[in-house]
Amino acid sequence: MDFVNLLQRKFIDYSSSLHREGIVDDQFTQLRKLEDENSPHFVMEVASLFFEDCEKLINNMAIALEQKQGVDFKQIDECIHQLKGSSSSIGAMRVKNACIAFRSFSDGQNREGCLRCLQQLSHEYSLLKNKLQTLFRVSVASRCLYVCLVIFCRGNEHAEPFPDVLVFQLEKEIVAAGGSIPRVH
Amino acid sequence: MDKGLPAKREITFETELFGSKTFLIYVEPVFSKAGETIGINYMGMDITDQVRKRERMIKIREEIAVQKAKETELNRTIHITEETMRAKQMLATMSHEIRSPLSGVVSMAEILATTKLDREQRQLLDVMISSGDLVLQLINDILDLSKVESGVMKLEATKFRPREVVKHVLQTAAASLRKILTLEGNVADDVPIEVIGDVLRIRQILTNLISNAIKFTHEGKVGVKLYVVPEPPFAKEGSQNGSAGSTANQSTTNVPKEETCTSTSQTSSDQRGFHGKKHEGSCQDRSQNERGTPVTNGTIDVTEEQAELPETTVWIRCDVYDTGIGIPENALPTLFKKYMQVSADHARKYGGTGLGLAICKQLVELMGGRLTVSSQVHCGSTFTFILPYKVSLSCDHSDDVDDDLSDMDDHGATDDDATAGFFQFQPRTLGSLFSSNGSSRTQNLLAHNIGYVNSHKINGFSENCYSFPTSNGQTKEMDLFEDACSVAEALEISPEPESSFSHSPDHDNESAICRDEHHHNVVNAENKVSTRDVSSCSETSREVDVKEKITEPQLPAERQGRSDSGFQSTLNSSREASNSISKPKILLVEDNKINVMVTRSMMKQLGHTIDVVSNGVEAVRAIQYHSYDLVLMDVCMPVMDGLQTTRLIRSFEETGNWDEAAKAGIEKPSPSSDSLQPDCTPPKRIPIIAMTANALSESADECSANGMDSFISKPVTFQKLKECLEQYFP
Repeated sequence: MDFVNLLQRKFIDYSSSLHREGIVDDQFTQLRKLEDENSPHFVMEVASLFFEDCEKLINNMAIALEQKQGVDFKQIDECIHQLKGSSSSIGAMRVKNACIAFRSFSDGQNREGCLRCLQQLSHEYSLLKNKLQTLFRVSVASRCLYVCLVIFCRGNEHAEPFPDVLVFQLEKEIVAAGGSIPRVH
Repeated sequence: MDKGLPAKREITFETELFGSKTFLIYVEPVFSKAGETIGINYMGMDITDQVRKRERMIKIREEIAVQKAKETELNRTIHITEETMRAKQMLATMSHEIRSPLSGVVSMAEILATTKLDREQRQLLDVMISSGDLVLQLINDILDLSKVESGVMKLEATKFRPREVVKHVLQTAAASLRKILTLEGNVADDVPIEVIGDVLRIRQILTNLISNAIKFTHEGKVGVKLYVVPEPPFAKEGSQNGSAGSTANQSTTNVPKEETCTSTSQTSSDQRGFHGKKHEGSCQDRSQNERGTPVTNGTIDVTEEQAELPETTVWIRCDVYDTGIGIPENALPTLFKKYMQVSADHARKYGGTGLGLAICKQLVELMGGRLTVSSQVHCGSTFTFILPYKVSLSCDHSDDVDDDLSDMDDHGATDDDATAGFFQFQPRTLGSLFSSNGSSRTQNLLAHNIGYVNSHKINGFSENCYSFPTSNGQTKEMDLFEDACSVAEALEISPEPESSFSHSPDHDNESAICRDEHHHNVVNAENKVSTRDVSSCSETSREVDVKEKITEPQLPAERQGRSDSGFQSTLNSSREASNSISKPKILLVEDNKINVMVTRSMMKQLGHTIDVVSNGVEAVRAIQYHSYDLVLMDVCMPVMDGLQTTRLIRSFEETGNWDEAAKAGIEKPSPSSDSLQPDCTPPKRIPIIAMTANALSESADECSANGMDSFISKPVTFQKLKECLEQYFP
C-alpha cells in the first residue's frame, strides 16, 4: 500500500508542523490518546469548549482595558490566569506563552503593554483555531478516505455508509492487522 | 488497488463542522506508461440531497405496505367477530350448567373443613376450596358479562347508604388483606346519606376495582373517594339517545354507543382533560378533604318504581386510587377489553382472568355512567367512575337501620372541615412484624396521634368511630387509628433516633448528604454512592414508612425528620452499579471547566470516576457529608482557594469539629449527621494533592505548610495522575 503510506505521511506532516511551530505541545498529544469508542470526538469537544472560553476571556479583557475610569488589572489578571490554565491543559503552547508574557505586564499595571499583549494573544488564538479546525477537517476526511481504500482493498464487505464509531472500530482492525492510522504518537 | 480497477462507494460522514453529509466517492488508479500504479484519482460528489429523497421514497412505500396490511387485518377481524358472537352464546349456556354442580362441590368442601382433619388433609382441602372459589368466581364473571352484553341484565333500584357500602367493601378487603397496605375511604359531606341505585352492582364494581388495586399494589395505600359532581357532559348526550336507565331494552342500544364513545377517549390524558372540566383540574392529587360541587337539580326522564316521590338526580364520582405498579400508557386503551391484561407477564405474575374491568365498564355504562382510568407507571393508578343516583327527598329521616349510623343524620349538614365518612384501615399485623424498637415507636405514634386528635376534633369523629372486629384481636389499635385518620396526613413525626437504622455511620452520612441543597454540584456529578447503600437505605425507610404510617413530608430539602423523599430525588440521577463500592472516592476541586474535562477524561481512562466541585467552600461541604479517599485540590480558585480549604479540612481532622470552617462562613453540617461521626475515632486523614500552576505563591513548601500531602504541577497529564494514584492506592 504505497499510496496509503503517502496519505499517512501527508497527515503526519501536517500534525508535526503544528508541533514544530509550537502551536501545540505534548499535552495535545495526551489529549488525543484519550479518544476512544466512547468519546471519539473528545479532542474536538475540548477544543470547541476552549475556543468559546478563550473568546469570552479575550473579550472581557478587551472591555476591561478600554475602561476610561481605570483599568481593573485584577480582573485582567484573573482572566489571564484562567486562560493560562485552560491553554496549558489543552496543550496550546503559544497561547499559553502569550499569557505568561501578558501577566508580567498586567502585574506591572502597564496598560499599553497589556494592549499589545492582548493583540498578540488574539493573534495566537486565531492561528490556533485555524490550524486546529483544518487539522480536524483533514483528519475526518482522511479517516474516511482511508477507510474506503481499505474497503476497496478488502473487496466490498461493507456497503452501507459508515458512522464514526464504525470508522473507529475499523481503524482498530487495521491496526490489529498490522497497519497503522495516520496519527502522531 | 490490487485489482487495478476503479470503484465507487457512498460514504456518510458526521462532521462536527458541517453536519451529516453523504458523498459518492469514486476512486480510480492512475497508471504510468509502464503500467505501474502511481497514484489515484479521487472524486467526491455530494449526494446528500439525493440520498434524502431516496429515503423518503422508501418511507412512502413502507407506509403503503402498512396500509394494505391493515386492511387485510380488518377483514379478518370481522370474520373472527362473527365467530366469537356464536361462541359466546354457547359459553353462557354452558357456564350456567357448570355452576350448579361446582357450587355443590365447593359447599361440600367448606363443610368438610369444619370437621376434624389432620394437617395434611386440611392443607389439601384449603387448596380445593380456594381453587373452587376461583373457578366459581370466573364462571360468575363470565355469566355476568354475557348477561350484561346481551342486554338481559335488569338493574335494581334500591335505597342504600353509600358510606356503609364503602365501609363494608373496605372492611372485607382489609380482612383478607395479605399485604402491608393501608386502605382508606373518604366520602364527602355532600354525598347524601341515602341514594337509590343498584347496590349489588355497585358493590361488585367497587369490590372489583379495590381488589385489582390491592393486587397490583405492593406497598403504600389503596383508597376510595366518593364525592358529588355536577352533571357531566356525557350525560346529556346519553339522555338524548334514550334514557340511560334501568330498563333492559334501552340499555342494549346505549351500551354499544357509549362504548364507542369511551373507546376513543381511553387515553389517560384525554380523560384527565375530560374530568378536569368538572373538577377544577383537581383530579389526581391525593388530598383527603376534596369536596364536590353542590347537587344539581336536573332530572332525567327515567321511569322509576318510586316515581311518585319527588326526586333529584345526583351524580357521584368515585375514585379508586392506589400507589401500585401503575399502568403503562400503551396498555391503557386495551385495559377495559375483555380478557386483556396489561401484558403476558402480568397475567402470569398476577393471575386473574382479565374480565373484571370489562364487566365493571359494562355495568357502569349500563347504569348511565362512565368508567375511566389514569395511571403512572411505578406511581399508582386511579380508576374513576361516575354514576347518577336518584335521591328521594322524602327519606331524610333515620330508619330502622344500624344504630351507629343514626347519629349521622344529625350531622349530615355539618359544615366544618372534617369529613363525615372517613375510614382508614391500617395494616393489621403492625405489632407482630416489628422488632421491639419498631413497635414501641408505633405505640408512641399512637399516643401522639390520639393526643392531637382529641384536642382538636373530638366532635367530628365520634360518629365515625366504627369499631371493626378483626380476627386477631387488635381491635383497640384499629380504633385508635381511625381516630387519628384525617390528622395523620398533616402530622409530622419527630426525627427518629439514628440507632433505629441498622446502618453503619457511613450510610447515614450518605443519607444526610442529600438533605443539603448545596450538594447539587456534588451529587449531579458522577456520584459514586453505591446503589446498594442507596437502595437498602431507602428500602428500609420505605418499609418502615408504610408500617408506621408516617407520611412523607414534602420537604424543600430541609434537614429534618426522615429525608426519604429528598434522598430519593436527589440521588435519582446518579445511581451507579453496586460494585462501585470498592472504588476509591475521589474529589476534584477545580474551577476551570476545561481542566475539569481533561482531568475527568484521564481519570476515566484510569478507571476512576470522580466528584467535582468548583471552589473551596463546596469542597468543605462535600467532605462534611461524605468521606473521600483522595482530594485533588486546585490551588487558585475563587471564593476560597486551595490552601485555606486544606487548612480547614485539616483542622476538622485534628479537632473533630468544624468550628474553623464555621468561622470562615461555612455552616456546620446538621446535628443528626454530626452525631453519626463516632466520637471515639478521630476522622481519617484524607490525602490532599495540590494542583499547582507553578506560580510563586504555589511553591511546594507553601503547599505542605498548609497541610497538603503532595502536589501535581499543571498541566495535568496522564502519567502524573497515574503515579499519584499508584502512590495513594497501591
